[in-house]
Amino acid sequence: MILFLQQIINGLSVGSIYALIALGYTMVYGIIKLINFAHGEIMMAGAYFAFLVGVHLGLPFFAVLIISMIGAAVLGVFIEFIAYKPLRKAPRISALITAIGVSFFLQNLALVIFKAEPKIMPNLIVKRPVNIGSLQIGTVTLATLALSIGFMIILDVFVKRTKPGKAMRAVSEDKDAALLMGINVNRTISITFAIGSALGAVAGVLFGVMYTQVYPTMGVMPGLKAFVAAVLGGIGLIPGAVLGGFVIGMVETITKAYLSSQWSDAIVFGLLIIVLLIKPTGILGKNEKEKV
Amino acid sequence: MALLEAANICMQFGGLRAVDNFNLEINEHELVGLIGPNGAGKTTVFNMLTGVYIPTEGDIKIDGQSVVGKKPYEIVQAGAARTFQNIRLFKDLTVLDNIKIAFHHELNYSTLEGIFRLPRYWADEKRAQEACLAFLAIFDMEDYAYTMAKNLPYGKQRKLEIARALATKPKILMLDEPAAGMNPQETHELMETIQLIRDKFDIAILLIEHDMHLVMGVCERIVVLDYGRIIAKGTPDETRNNPDVIRVYLGE
Amino acid sequence: MDKKVIKNYIINIAAIFAVYAVLKGLIYAGVITRYHQGIIVFILINVILATSLNLAVGFLGQLTLGHAGFMAVGAYVSAITAVALNANFNLPKIVVLLISLTLAAIVSALTGVAIGIPALRLRGDYLAIITLGFGEVIRVIINNIKVTGGAQGFTGIPKLSTLDNVFWITVLAVAFLYTLTHSRQGRAILSIREDEIAAEAVGVKTTSFKVMGFAIAAGLAGIGGGLYAHYIAFLDPNTFNFMRSVEILIIVVLGGMGSLTGSIVAAIVLTIMPEALRSFNELRLLLYALILVVMMIFKPSGLFGTEEFSWQGIYDRYKTRKNALHNREKKV
Repeated sequence: MILFLQQIINGLSVGSIYALIALGYTMVYGIIKLINFAHGEIMMAGAYFAFLVGVHLGLPFFAVLIISMIGAAVLGVFIEFIAYKPLRKAPRISALITAIGVSFFLQNLALVIFKAEPKIMPNLIVKRPVNIGSLQIGTVTLATLALSIGFMIILDVFVKRTKPGKAMRAVSEDKDAALLMGINVNRTISITFAIGSALGAVAGVLFGVMYTQVYPTMGVMPGLKAFVAAVLGGIGLIPGAVLGGFVIGMVETITKAYLSSQWSDAIVFGLLIIVLLIKPTGILGKNEKEKV
Repeated sequence: MALLEAANICMQFGGLRAVDNFNLEINEHELVGLIGPNGAGKTTVFNMLTGVYIPTEGDIKIDGQSVVGKKPYEIVQAGAARTFQNIRLFKDLTVLDNIKIAFHHELNYSTLEGIFRLPRYWADEKRAQEACLAFLAIFDMEDYAYTMAKNLPYGKQRKLEIARALATKPKILMLDEPAAGMNPQETHELMETIQLIRDKFDIAILLIEHDMHLVMGVCERIVVLDYGRIIAKGTPDETRNNPDVIRVYLGE
Repeated sequence: MDKKVIKNYIINIAAIFAVYAVLKGLIYAGVITRYHQGIIVFILINVILATSLNLAVGFLGQLTLGHAGFMAVGAYVSAITAVALNANFNLPKIVVLLISLTLAAIVSALTGVAIGIPALRLRGDYLAIITLGFGEVIRVIINNIKVTGGAQGFTGIPKLSTLDNVFWITVLAVAFLYTLTHSRQGRAILSIREDEIAAEAVGVKTTSFKVMGFAIAAGLAGIGGGLYAHYIAFLDPNTFNFMRSVEILIIVVLGGMGSLTGSIVAAIVLTIMPEALRSFNELRLLLYALILVVMMIFKPSGLFGTEEFSWQGIYDRYKTRKNALHNREKKV
């Protein structure tokens, strides 16, 4: 029972990382209908920023986190401006291929700069077990959970209460109508990329600290899983990304612990397939029928 | 027996009853108009008749055969073809190919015969080519045969869509607001096209329309729909003078 | 049959033989080395994979991201069949190859049907994602079962693919796709890409044509996988991951969706490019990615759009140009 509870908490913490990445996918998809395949690489970049700052400046965790978030946000906005903006009116598949190209580019850039072998992430969070009743949980797990949930609450407040947040929702609802209402669509898209990328960086830093490694392809699998999470919850929907992230993290941790670690990927993707077949727009998605 | 028979069909969307107890009979070679203000449920009726929606209640028969629950392509085979409010052409294909696709059912060669270019492929394709060009000639569009559908002017696009529906050899043709977005000149052309269909093809037509001038001008019988219910039926003159219709269209 | 059509057929067949003759000549003269031959075989396999994916994505209009899964099914079925045949019978190499590839095509196509029937109810991005899921599931299954050798890989596959048989099989596969897309079934497939609702409204059985197109694409990918297995003689399940599917998709989009000749040209360019950039060492993949992004930004509809390259087309263009010049001179 204790072991099971511990697995649940591990699942939640892995899930919260997926959820943070999934938020970036979902927000970008919601606003420009693009599956931003480079988002996993933004997460990787965030981890490298933290690694650089952590090693060379020796700043405390929160300072490192914030610098890494700013770095990733700038990178995300820059990518949107250079690579996606010119393709806004092009066929959507061209934008998709461009996103894949950007993802290749960032991966290989990291490979050229940092080489393939993993870098050791400095211990930004003091690692020790914390006892809660008879449960033993690592500080990293707890910090991951607390930070992720904290950022999700901030995001929720931002999107619902602030003016740019409302503009974001308006643009994702109907870009043309938003434009007519005097919303600066381009700026709103930039803000979306900045926030999505910053959240990706948080995930990257936490992921790096959790596994103590940073390497060029570290964004690929978490990126793909988080993307699956976003779709599972209902892509374009912020609560969907959070729900999907936790579901995927949970399913993955539980199958690895109790069934088989080799088959866990098949189970995650199998779950996605089943959900989409039953509810083609994801768990929280609304069915939209094409008007005839 | 009527060619098309809709008996007490209803459509319920959640709590909204979009169409309530709709009854309609169309006989062979008849031209019936379905009118009503915006949101009256005209297109919903259309979508039920053509298999896009399945009515929650009631029965639809085409040529005596019940078509409720049939797929749109099965309804085409049963003899009902349609056009769409917002023109749906195969935009990046040529005008001729648009017609040929609707002519699909007339060709018999199998996939393998097509892939290996066996004699029946050549024979059927030649027949299709000639038949479809001749078909375009009826509509005076043979000069456009190799034009991309998207490059046609608006009025011609509408005409092509009607021609394409007719190429499926229907017994009844259903037109969903064909005059939408047309200028008076184009509307006039459309009326001529409808007259042409009446002359050259032995089929019935069901027409949904906003343009009163068009409806009153060509229809033999008119059904008026409001809030999902039929409020009047009759000849153009009868409907024109029906107090309920006047109330719906002009307000009290 | 009209004369122009026959003339076109003859020109195309002659062109194919000419390409083959030039290849053979260059090999004989020693210009094309063994290393080059390997690259040409990979180009040809990529042509099969890309043109078949183009059927699903470009002609049928259904974005799928799991093509490597079908390639994997074909590769393993073909490898297992060839090993079994060699163990039990003493058949000539080409017969073993043809039997293995036929079986690979059938099993892959059936997999395509099994996946297509549920998945093709979804549209657009959701279809892409569910096929991505199926592709990954196939990979994990291959990784974890015994007949495929699991994660250690499948060794001891007979080397049956040669430049000659891969060349002719590729020619046949592309010809097959060309005639299919230019038949009544092909038109039905195109109508689904253009507007599914309208296609249904003119009597096209959309569901069956979607499944058919998807299955044919999967079957041909299986053949591509089989040829790959019999060339490389060793299979690692992780070569058939999501990135492999993406690579094939890149060829299709870059060549132009709905253009078979575009896929062929893009397969040649994109297979050679990483090799040609070899002197840049670690920068080569960076350059590859950069070129990809730049190409997409400046030519989003791909090299060929939906057009096919044809000699007739070039001739027609040349003629109109000449006539135009001629007319202008006359006016002057």
